[in-house]
Amino acid sequence: MATGNIESWTGNIAEIGAAYPFVGIETPLMIAGFVFWIWWHITQLRAENREIEEEVRKHGNAESMNKVLNSSDPNKR
Amino acid sequence: MDNELGALGIIFTEFYYWVTVVFMFLIHVGFCMYEVGATRQKNHMHTLMKNTMIIPLVTVSFYFFGWWIYFAFPNGPWIIGDLLAAPFATANSELMGTHLGGPPVQGALTPEDTAFWARINGVFFAAFLLFSWTAASIVSGAVIERIRSSAFWILAVLIGSVFWIIDASWGWHPDGWMVQKLGYHDAYASGVIHAVAGGFALGVLIPLGARIGKFDKDGNPRNIGPRNPWLVTVGLFLIYTGFWGFYAACNVPMIDIQTGDGVIFSATNIYLGPTTLSAITLNFLMSLAGGMMAAYLVSKGDAFWTYSGGLAGIIGASAGNDLYHPIQAMFIGAVVVVIVYKLHFWVERRFKIDDAVGAVAVHGYAGFLGVVIAGFMLWGYPTSPNPDYALITPWGNFIGALIMFVLLGFLPGFIFASILKAFGILRVPAAIEIVGLDVSATILQEHEEAQMVKAEQQAVLASHPSGE
Repeated sequence: MATGNIESWTGNIAEIGAAYPFVGIETPLMIAGFVFWIWWHITQLRAENREIEEEVRKHGNAESMNKVLNSSDPNKR
Repeated sequence: MDNELGALGIIFTEFYYWVTVVFMFLIHVGFCMYEVGATRQKNHMHTLMKNTMIIPLVTVSFYFFGWWIYFAFPNGPWIIGDLLAAPFATANSELMGTHLGGPPVQGALTPEDTAFWARINGVFFAAFLLFSWTAASIVSGAVIERIRSSAFWILAVLIGSVFWIIDASWGWHPDGWMVQKLGYHDAYASGVIHAVAGGFALGVLIPLGARIGKFDKDGNPRNIGPRNPWLVTVGLFLIYTGFWGFYAACNVPMIDIQTGDGVIFSATNIYLGPTTLSAITLNFLMSLAGGMMAAYLVSKGDAFWTYSGGLAGIIGASAGNDLYHPIQAMFIGAVVVVIVYKLHFWVERRFKIDDAVGAVAVHGYAGFLGVVIAGFMLWGYPTSPNPDYALITPWGNFIGALIMFVLLGFLPGFIFASILKAFGILRVPAAIEIVGLDVSATILQEHEEAQMVKAEQQAVLASHPSGE
């Protein structure tokens, strides 16, 4: 069993090209990576929407806002 | 690598770019510290994570398409020619992975491609990628305390992996169409990084709007100054430090520049025009000095603007810092800083633009002016060793500066931020902006701290039940 085409570092090193496992799988890997990246943005956007909705519900009232605005610590205003 | 000298040259170049990347990483560390230092406490974590996540998101998108754009778009495409083939830079190229330079497996590549790019591709990619992070970070500082993270990260990918790299392909590539036809010269990226990112930031700021309370009812701006000046100071010093790597990364470290007989090895700028590390070091330092001196005077000793003025001084001279005399670089840095300082406050008052850290001024206006000034200062010089390419002119660099700041910076920033605004995802709700973008984390922290105090009080009672 071998995942790559390199079985020994002896011999003519100049003949060794791509050295990662599963050479030939580059295009499916690229597609999978691209989908993962887009999925991340969509998932994060949905999570942020939920989080903001929740925060507005819990803290978006006059009492919370006044607590911040009337804080004695200027850094918290 | 067909002989020892060729092999040494490639391995030296590989190591050289790798070192520049390590230095440039400090720019991002500096930007994070600087932004958090400039932010009110109620928004610290949001600001930190907004900038930090530039690293993974711009990295993967630059891997998937940004790097390919640089090599595929020098002709526009379709401005002076077609899309160019760049089989070594596509995300599915074997040369975008671990490769020892032997014969290619993929048919689009040649043995010459693999022999050269196997060792250079990753480090050269990373040097450009760190510029991408910088471009996105410049925008990040301007929009703190009210932009939504998800919207910012989409914009970060657009400036970091699309628009800046298009402009690099056009005006910061030995055969870019702007270099060929306009004689565009911008050796250390006044325009290609700073003007484009500053223009993009300005484009985003308009639909985004000012922070609540930034302007009074008469439209006069209020100062929401740095909350932690020490963090800002260390951040800006780190950006200065990383800037050395940025300058070094703009060079090709060692190639034969002699045409005809003989061999002369030298560093070159990105256009393959000869320069030396010594020259750019002198000019870097003197433009930094000119910028800081002018900023100290014009801001009446304000620390924030003095540090930022140092950056603006370098950025203002960067377009021609491969060729200027150091004293010219100093004066250019100083003059640019006075202009951008005045311009920042004029734009703020006139157009109610809330640029929280002065990024549009320090990067955008200074970068734009830097390119324009280089057009005058280096009028008639060759930007490229190719004798068929246009010479440097004031009008060539002025058009180039407009392309950077307006066409590839301001317009895309404005258009995409307006689209995000139309979908209602550009800005946090007003209530959250007032209570702070870290509201959930703050409440949780307060709750946990209260629990800890309660536990400790119980421990005291348990060990001293009588209260002694």
